[in-house]
Amino acid sequence: MYLYDTYDRALLAERVAEFRDQVARRLSGELSEDEFKPLRLMNGVYLQLHAYMLRIAIPYGSLSSDQMRMLAHVARRYDRGYGHFTTRQNIQFNWIKLADMPDVVADLATVELHAMQTSGNCVRNITSDQWAGVASDEIEDPRIWAEILRQHSTLHPEFTFLPRKFKIAITASAHDRAAIKVHDIGLRLFRNEQGEAGFEVVVGGGLGRTPFIGKVIRPFLKKRDFLSYIEAILRVYNQYGRRDNIYKARIKILVHELGAERFAQEVEAEWKAINNGELALDPAIVAGIAARFRYPDYNQLADDAPALTAARQSDRRFATWLGNSVANHKVAGYAIVTLSLKPEGGPPGDATAEQMEAIAELAERYSFGEIRVGHEQNLVLPHVAQHDLPELWRALDALGLATPNVGLISDIIACPGLDYCSLANARSIPIAQELTHRFGDLKRARELGRLHVNISGCINACGHHHVGHIGILGVEKNGEEVYQITLGGRADEAAQLGELLGPAVPYHQVADVIEDIVAAYLEVRARPDELFIDTLARVGIEPFKERVYAVH
Amino acid sequence: MPFIKAGRRTDDRFLRVADDAAIPESKPVLISAARLLATPAELSRRCAPTGVIWPNNRAIAELAPHLDRLALVALVFPSFRDGRAYSQARLLRERYRYRGELRATGDVLRDQFLFLTRAGFDAFEVKKEADADAFVAALARFSVVYQPSADDQVPAFRRRLNGGFQRDPAAQREAVS
Amino acid sequence: MTSPLQQKLKITGPVVITANRLADGAVVYRAADGGWTTLINEAAIATTAPAASAMLAAAGADDVLVVGPYVAPVEPDADGRAQPGNLRERIRVAGPTFDLPVIVGA
Repeated sequence: MYLYDTYDRALLAERVAEFRDQVARRLSGELSEDEFKPLRLMNGVYLQLHAYMLRIAIPYGSLSSDQMRMLAHVARRYDRGYGHFTTRQNIQFNWIKLADMPDVVADLATVELHAMQTSGNCVRNITSDQWAGVASDEIEDPRIWAEILRQHSTLHPEFTFLPRKFKIAITASAHDRAAIKVHDIGLRLFRNEQGEAGFEVVVGGGLGRTPFIGKVIRPFLKKRDFLSYIEAILRVYNQYGRRDNIYKARIKILVHELGAERFAQEVEAEWKAINNGELALDPAIVAGIAARFRYPDYNQLADDAPALTAARQSDRRFATWLGNSVANHKVAGYAIVTLSLKPEGGPPGDATAEQMEAIAELAERYSFGEIRVGHEQNLVLPHVAQHDLPELWRALDALGLATPNVGLISDIIACPGLDYCSLANARSIPIAQELTHRFGDLKRARELGRLHVNISGCINACGHHHVGHIGILGVEKNGEEVYQITLGGRADEAAQLGELLGPAVPYHQVADVIEDIVAAYLEVRARPDELFIDTLARVGIEPFKERVYAVH
Repeated sequence: MPFIKAGRRTDDRFLRVADDAAIPESKPVLISAARLLATPAELSRRCAPTGVIWPNNRAIAELAPHLDRLALVALVFPSFRDGRAYSQARLLRERYRYRGELRATGDVLRDQFLFLTRAGFDAFEVKKEADADAFVAALARFSVVYQPSADDQVPAFRRRLNGGFQRDPAAQREAVS
Repeated sequence: MTSPLQQKLKITGPVVITANRLADGAVVYRAADGGWTTLINEAAIATTAPAASAMLAAAGADDVLVVGPYVAPVEPDADGRAQPGNLRERIRVAGPTFDLPVIVGA
């Protein structure tokens, strides 16, 4: 967790005051909607189907218990008692009044939460690995760099009116849990052959209407050059990104049209002019930011505490959850716990105010007061002592937060869709709910193994359907909701886009089609432990097409 | 249209001259990029100041050779959402060390004054009366900036280095980096 | 349900003008007297593109009351009152198509 200093707090307070003034000027009519809209977007305020929606940033997915309690407060006081965790590690509230927004952001600021730049044509929330700081396979904590970049990109005078939104993700593991290859800029912190830590820079990834996997434009960037190089990328984009067509305005289009090599040259040329200037990163600056990150005072514990072993042997349900939702921690005797926000029948990624408060308290008791938000719309308690796992599980189970389906077919990633979103063409949440019922049998879900289903309600792809093992895209045809199914997408270090299965499927048949796909997989897989995604890679899409479209 | 220079409302001394009109010898004039590039020598001979309106879709590098004979560069915001001129402004100030008047024209609104000033603009053709009156207040909105830019504000990271990071009363652990 | 934000104005049946109220975001409909109502069955119905355009233009001028007005299809009921004419408008009338959490101890 990064702790604000007086500068961070001052800027946030000033932003809150500015926004209050902007809202007042809008409500009085001094600002037209046309003038106000970009301003409110830069404070995370959308207009949706039923009401305004506020998107609050959870920087690189890190949240404290106090912050989680504040989110519960917002849900109760200003909204309808629940919130939705998103695929970019933010939280959304769907019912807040515009007139209340200034008070909401003022309340958030008291615990160092904000909604700055969670929308608009600017640099958005910098996302990262939800296991940052605790994963055994990372080389360093990437969140320090995410925070450096968060500050640099906040109210940046040159880059607040970009051609389009700009999303950056950063990981420090070879196994990419932050989907960096489908971001405008993806950064991977790694050690080169000389053992020096630096960044692989990937540019031009993105989903939506024209999905692309990002291209490496700089295989190794020194830490010192981190800010100046990103500044150069943004400057090239700000000047040359298309402004004539909003569907061609992302950096991925610029990279595609110029070619990665030419784009990289443009960036290098700009970068050479600034790399020894004020943005050259003094290690003291990095150390200063790092020093404001709080890390737990871990106890000296051993793995496989007796309490844990005993519980595992005596309680089958606990053992199942343990095997599914608990991952290895880099510190002996500790564990990383995922809280599934995908209960059977529930809208994926939602939590009630009661759940938020309970999670805040559990985090205090069991996780040094820290929670993480993952882009799969689940939560994480990152610092749990193994001997506490049985008690923690009982508490989570009672709260409906221990469904042992993490990474399984019912751990669905879905956008809000037409039930909430004014951009949507079709609903996504009811599709997800139906699928969680069809695959509610956990034994069956475990048999199917790791299988990522992603659902988007329109081509903007907020559900990341392009990179789902099974991707479902809702479209509208003759006033009806129909769904295109893709197979074989991946969001990790082997990122790839899914392939279209066949003609779109009507709303009421989607769950049946998914069952057919699953049946085909079971027939064709080489072994019970051959994952769906690997079976698909081995046999291709034909056997699935045949199965689905023969019947339908 | 209200005009702001050096932080206050004032009269614009520059005369905009159309491409096909004669350039008055002893008045400050503001001409198009096309005209500047077509007649640079002629303009060098002028005693009165010359300014150019430079479109936001042309590289500043093209303008650079002419800067030493220009007293004014006016950049354009066709819509306030089109932010290309922010980059142009910073390049002019920081790359090419341009010291003359740098003017924001077009869709120039109050909520962009601070960004514009930080990017290096020091003159503004302001769209709305009420916005012009609020100029000084708009600049005073933020006492902290996170990044260096064309203005002289010291970014937070440098203030921290110079003044030391704010020490926390609570005990701190040295974090790994 | 193609987002009406990209609509060109041609209509294929009866329509109303709908928007969201500025201050609180509530769904509203333009009534015959030029005011705004939260009840779709009080909305003024237009049956020709020129009439709809005129209503939309007038609504657009109400920038201080409502945001994002657009033309929405309706199905008049037996009494000639407007009812939502597609899924998007049904959702705007009735809310999300699944149960929302019950608020506990607000």
